[in-house]
Amino acid sequence: MANQVTAAPPAPPRGSPRLNDGPPPRRGRPALTGAGTFAVLAKIVLLGGLDGLAVAGIVVMVGLSMWVPVVVTVVVTGLINWIYLGRGRRLPAKYLTPGVAFLLVFQVGVVLFSGYIAFTNYGDGHNGSKDDAIASISRAGLERVPDSPAYPVTVVEKDGDLGLLVTDPDSGEVEVGTADEPLTVVGSPLTDATGTATGAPGYTTLTLADVLGRQGDVVDLTVPISDDPGSGFLRTDDASTAYVYRSAVTYDAATDTFTATDGTVYRDGGDGAFVSDDGTALTPGWKIGVGFDNFVRAFTDDQISQPLLRVTAWTFTFAILSVASTFAMGLFLALVLNHPRMRGVRYYRVLVILPYAFPAFLSGLVWAGLMNPEFGFINQVLLGGADVPWLTDPWLARFSVLLVNLWLGYPYMFLVCTGALQSLPGELEEAARVDGAGPWRVFRAIKLPLLLVSTAPLLIASFAFNFNNFNVIYMLTRGWPRFSDTTLDVGSTDLLITMVYKIANGQGGGRDFGLASALSILIFILVALVSVVAYRRTKALEEIH
Amino acid sequence: MATTEVTARPSGPAGPTPPPSSTGRARRPFSLGRWFRDTGWRHLVALVLVVFAVFPLLYVLSASFNPGGSLVGSNQLFSTIDLSNYVDLFTDPSQPFGRWFVNTLVIASVTAVATVFLGALAAYAFSRMRFRGRRVGLLSLMLVQMFPQFLAFVAIFLLLSSIGDVFPALGLGTHLGLIMVYLGGALGVNTYLMYGYFSTVPVSIDEAAKIDGAGHARIFFTIVLRLVAPILAVVGLLSFIATSGEYVIASLVLTDPQSQTLAVGLYMFVSQAFSNNWAIFAAGAVLSAVPVMVVFLLLQKYIVGGLTAGSVK
Repeated sequence: MANQVTAAPPAPPRGSPRLNDGPPPRRGRPALTGAGTFAVLAKIVLLGGLDGLAVAGIVVMVGLSMWVPVVVTVVVTGLINWIYLGRGRRLPAKYLTPGVAFLLVFQVGVVLFSGYIAFTNYGDGHNGSKDDAIASISRAGLERVPDSPAYPVTVVEKDGDLGLLVTDPDSGEVEVGTADEPLTVVGSPLTDATGTATGAPGYTTLTLADVLGRQGDVVDLTVPISDDPGSGFLRTDDASTAYVYRSAVTYDAATDTFTATDGTVYRDGGDGAFVSDDGTALTPGWKIGVGFDNFVRAFTDDQISQPLLRVTAWTFTFAILSVASTFAMGLFLALVLNHPRMRGVRYYRVLVILPYAFPAFLSGLVWAGLMNPEFGFINQVLLGGADVPWLTDPWLARFSVLLVNLWLGYPYMFLVCTGALQSLPGELEEAARVDGAGPWRVFRAIKLPLLLVSTAPLLIASFAFNFNNFNVIYMLTRGWPRFSDTTLDVGSTDLLITMVYKIANGQGGGRDFGLASALSILIFILVALVSVVAYRRTKALEEIH
Repeated sequence: MATTEVTARPSGPAGPTPPPSSTGRARRPFSLGRWFRDTGWRHLVALVLVVFAVFPLLYVLSASFNPGGSLVGSNQLFSTIDLSNYVDLFTDPSQPFGRWFVNTLVIASVTAVATVFLGALAAYAFSRMRFRGRRVGLLSLMLVQMFPQFLAFVAIFLLLSSIGDVFPALGLGTHLGLIMVYLGGALGVNTYLMYGYFSTVPVSIDEAAKIDGAGHARIFFTIVLRLVAPILAVVGLLSFIATSGEYVIASLVLTDPQSQTLAVGLYMFVSQAFSNNWAIFAAGAVLSAVPVMVVFLLLQKYIVGGLTAGSVK
């Protein structure tokens, strides 16, 4: 998890004295090589459970025609069985598999998946296959066909899904269908005196009370007449008579086009939507690969590229200034409190690290209240009713965000610097003083460089953390005040990560997963570049000292 | 701060600022000026910083006791002490605070325990066994954990929604699904931390047990795990704190108010009507922060020891 706390182990147990803490060796028992009965049992239960889950999952996935996941599941389950049923060299894998499995799926896998989404137009209006889109367009805006015959129907139920049992008024044939399955002929229906079907094998007929209880569901029920969405749907208002409904646009499978009642033709324009000649698109569209479009759009579309540049610049500024300010203040405090004759240091210490123990997401909200321009404590009480726009003026908001992050972050740096200061060899300082250096000189020329070397890895980690410091920004300002030159919900204090979050969440427009993923790939690259360069530099630093 | 005082003259041990010795102090009479130059100003600086650190926390505490309820009413610190906000917090059905609290506790505890377990398994393998790909494995763990998982939240959201098609109990909106996502980050820095600690437990202990006939699983569960208990506690605690404050993924996965965590629920609650909900939010904030802060301060020694040990090579 990404958290600022990068702890190392506390004092390790030192060899032999701790030996006695372990359970005493069991000498009298027979050799228990490998596994005992309990272990064998646990293994059987766990593996059996996993395999059972996998089989159940595969059945469902085959039903949904998810072929790639089926293959992955089979391979992975097979591999896990192979690992745990074998002996000898597979031992390390037995210990690594559980954690690595989660790591591969939910950390590595999702990053790769992001990479894939970045090259699609996935998002609101483009989130399914083309067939889904055709079905959904055909279903939208249904209107009753004027000369539709009246179909006598009975509402039936199968596995919790409602269906219509239809008697064709012309042929007298009995058919049944649900919202997902078009009408199919029923073999041996139950019929009443008039020849209207009242029941079918495998289906439960709803009683009048059931129908009344589920009136809303019954009225919403839309049963396709055939596989071709163009042929229309059956709907009923009173649970006894249904009429044919057809969409205002009809799909023609032969030409792959939609035709509206006024004659407008909508074609597959190649952008994942049916588009008419004058550029109107039917919604929803479907998901297609768009190559580098999202990346190109991020850098050339004026609505996105301008804000993106400013947000990137601010993200770097925020991360650098946050590290610098928290480090400076933490170090200053550490120097102040690191004095052999000072009393009460213990109490100061506990009090100044309190902000660090306070949950970060709450800090942002609490400070948002404190800094509220109209009612906040700072303006009303500390500044005697002033009207300082702490969170609404672009530059002041940036300052406020940095101030709050300083409050949150300096205790960490204080702890780190205290530890580092106390571990500096005292002879160096003594030697410098003998040579006539004053306290400032000792600090500048000796303590600071040594401190920087020992804390450099943590400073880099802190940079990477602040680069993506979502909670502080989002809870304090939501990235606002908003830029006025874009329709996107992006503002002066937005970091890249909050901008991506808002794009993916559809604040200020539809959700655009493709663009959001493309931008998060950019963040990945930026963080990686900065970290690599920084680690190289610290290597160089180490060699100097 | 100290003034710059660079003297080119070489000076002996009795230079401008001789290192003070405790024996010398007793002989000198007390002088306020010297006390201030020596440690007094340090107390002053520390006090200023303590005020900076503590005052927002006192403000929330006072707001939570203020029955007025609004933001502007919270500005008179500790004018009244009243528990009505706490009562409202648990009784008003528009914000199921009790549920949020329990949800957060459950999600964060399960994640913490499972993280410790998965991490310990991996660390045991890395520290006690020699196998092909061990070095590469450790290095790639270091690399992978540099990228925060929540950057890929779009993919996580879509992945969970398709998992939910197959196993509804693991899909969007479920706690199990969210926990699984969090466990994706179980290895990474934790394993690295634990690996270092596991390696300090002498291998001779394992060998002794092996000679006595214990298998690898028995050695792991009954011997090694007990010896590394402190690091397990630290990793579990850090994971608990990180998970309970996580917002990005939790806000995408948990959309039903009844199933949300404190971070998501409280944020949604206070951002609906910022000023009006302020006092109740403050009460919620105090209650959510107290457990974490208490544990943090109790285990401060471990965490701080860990932090500083990590910073100093």
